[in-house]
Amino acid sequence: MSNIILEIDNVQKSFGGLKALCDLNLKIEEGKVHAIIGPNGAGKSTMLNVCIGQLAPDSGSVTFNGENMIGKAPYEINQAGISRVFQTPEIFPDLSLLQNVMIPAFAKREGAFKMNIFRSLSNETEVQDEACHILEDIGLIGQLHTHAGSLSRGDKRRLELAMCLVQHPKLLLLDEPTAGMARHDTNKTIDLLKKIKEGGMTKIIIEHDMHVVFSVADHISVLAQGTIIASGTPDEIKGNPKVQEAYLGGAHL
Amino acid sequence: MKTPTIKNDIFVMLIFSAVILTMPIWMEPLGASYPDLLQKFAIFGIFAVGYNILFGLTGYLSFGHAAFLGVGSYTAVWSFKLLTMNILPAIIFSVLLSGLFAMLIGFITLRRSGIYFSILTLAFAQMFYNLAYSVLTPITNGETGLQLARNDPRVIDRLFSEAGEGLPSTDFFGLAMSGYSGFYVCAVILIITFFISQRIFHSPFGIKLRAIKSNQTRMKYTGYNTRPYLLTAFVISGMYAGLAGGLMAATDPLAGAERMQWTASGEVVLMTILGGVGTLIGPMLGVGIIKYFENIFSALNEQALHQAYAFMPDWLANIMVAITSPFVGEGWHLTLGALFVLIVVFLPGGIMEGINMIKKRFSKKTPEPHSDSLKKKVAPETGK
Repeated sequence: MSNIILEIDNVQKSFGGLKALCDLNLKIEEGKVHAIIGPNGAGKSTMLNVCIGQLAPDSGSVTFNGENMIGKAPYEINQAGISRVFQTPEIFPDLSLLQNVMIPAFAKREGAFKMNIFRSLSNETEVQDEACHILEDIGLIGQLHTHAGSLSRGDKRRLELAMCLVQHPKLLLLDEPTAGMARHDTNKTIDLLKKIKEGGMTKIIIEHDMHVVFSVADHISVLAQGTIIASGTPDEIKGNPKVQEAYLGGAHL
Repeated sequence: MKTPTIKNDIFVMLIFSAVILTMPIWMEPLGASYPDLLQKFAIFGIFAVGYNILFGLTGYLSFGHAAFLGVGSYTAVWSFKLLTMNILPAIIFSVLLSGLFAMLIGFITLRRSGIYFSILTLAFAQMFYNLAYSVLTPITNGETGLQLARNDPRVIDRLFSEAGEGLPSTDFFGLAMSGYSGFYVCAVILIITFFISQRIFHSPFGIKLRAIKSNQTRMKYTGYNTRPYLLTAFVISGMYAGLAGGLMAATDPLAGAERMQWTASGEVVLMTILGGVGTLIGPMLGVGIIKYFENIFSALNEQALHQAYAFMPDWLANIMVAITSPFVGEGWHLTLGALFVLIVVFLPGGIMEGINMIKKRFSKKTPEPHSDSLKKKVAPETGK
């Protein structure tokens, strides 16, 4: 068994009377693509929110690379090496695509705060090249100077993915990267995810589209009512009756 | 959306410097070339250019920047009273002290964003304003305002010369701060501050500030601690305001608390929005237009209006005077309000948006074949 990069241990989180996460335990192996599936309201997004410091859990711990992540600010968690693609794309709509990707690249290079007033942005060729390289991979190189706000929803998602990839995170969290995409775009995203899989980056992917899950995941965990009910390889999950009961409503795959 | 190259920036700087330094010449036909008004243009220009670094780049709307203007003015006058009539130490202290105040106020107010931030900054400015009239009277001299006196110590000046008869006047190493020389000192400082603002706009730091305005949530999850960025922008713009306040005192050595009233904070917001928020030149245009029209409209009175309408029949002239007189003189603010409403409704991006729209229309209206035929016409001539 290889290294465990992220360990979620006994995490509890309630919103009023609703138990969103209860006794959640999850171990993510380094270099693997780990898919989390589960019905709506199972606590999938809450789990990611706890991982990136957006929500503080009521109890339990999250350990990343041997370091406790609870109580850290979101920016510290990102600097530690976790990037996230949100369910609704979080980009900089007023900036150009190139600038959108350059900003995370600066964060990776310069840290959480740097006051570099007397350097011109147009002289930052190294960061520019890096950003262009990623945008080329992602297929948005033709629109370097357009406003990100004018992109289609699918392109915004891909841009956000580029913004995460440029940071070369140790762990990439993807929250439904293909939701609301046309089949054609979904396939493009799958190809992209497969391509970046080769880089050895650990990924957690939340997805409803089973086609996507079974094409990219090495390992699948099923979340229902705030806890993991099954975990295993795609083949094991496919044949697990408990999973079919909880998530697929008894339908056969 | 392309980031301008350095060459481009230098070009803009040269044009800007030329336009500012030749103001006394090209303002002549507009009837606005007298030094007092020109000094105002330059000083409010510094104020607005600095304010734009905060409001234009980060989107944080401060309603209390006049407080820093006031701090700058009082500091400068104290420097004239205690040290020397040379403006250099005065403006240095103004900038430093207002920066310090900005750091304290920013540290507290930047914990909130949006309307809460605006209200907090307004509250601080009003607090300063009221303190200047009450508790701080020994420092501010209350309603009379802080003035120079003949028997002020002026320690540094005393080292070189005896106190003369009458009140001394401010200078910059012998260059008088009144009249045209005063304008040129202010203009050079404006050009320097504009240059710094341009550097900030086109630096990685500036683009990060813009990103905070665009989506602060994303910034946090992208690994940025946004608070120090905001605080830096707040302090820089506070220092600009302090510098403007110091120069106000330098050109007219008197500091009053009315400089810190909310209307003064509101004015710089108007100037920035009118010209174009987040554009380099916009705030300067806003300053020019507001100060120019303030000068013209507030000088008009009913008599002047009657003269202007003299060509009309009497009854029509009377009606016209009745309609327009509330907009001039004391009522100039009504004109400003109407202008502001028109701009915000029809050109939310300010005058710069209007200019860009006109630019676009012209570049679109030029059809391809026409430009081709132009080239052909030009070609034989160049051939010779």
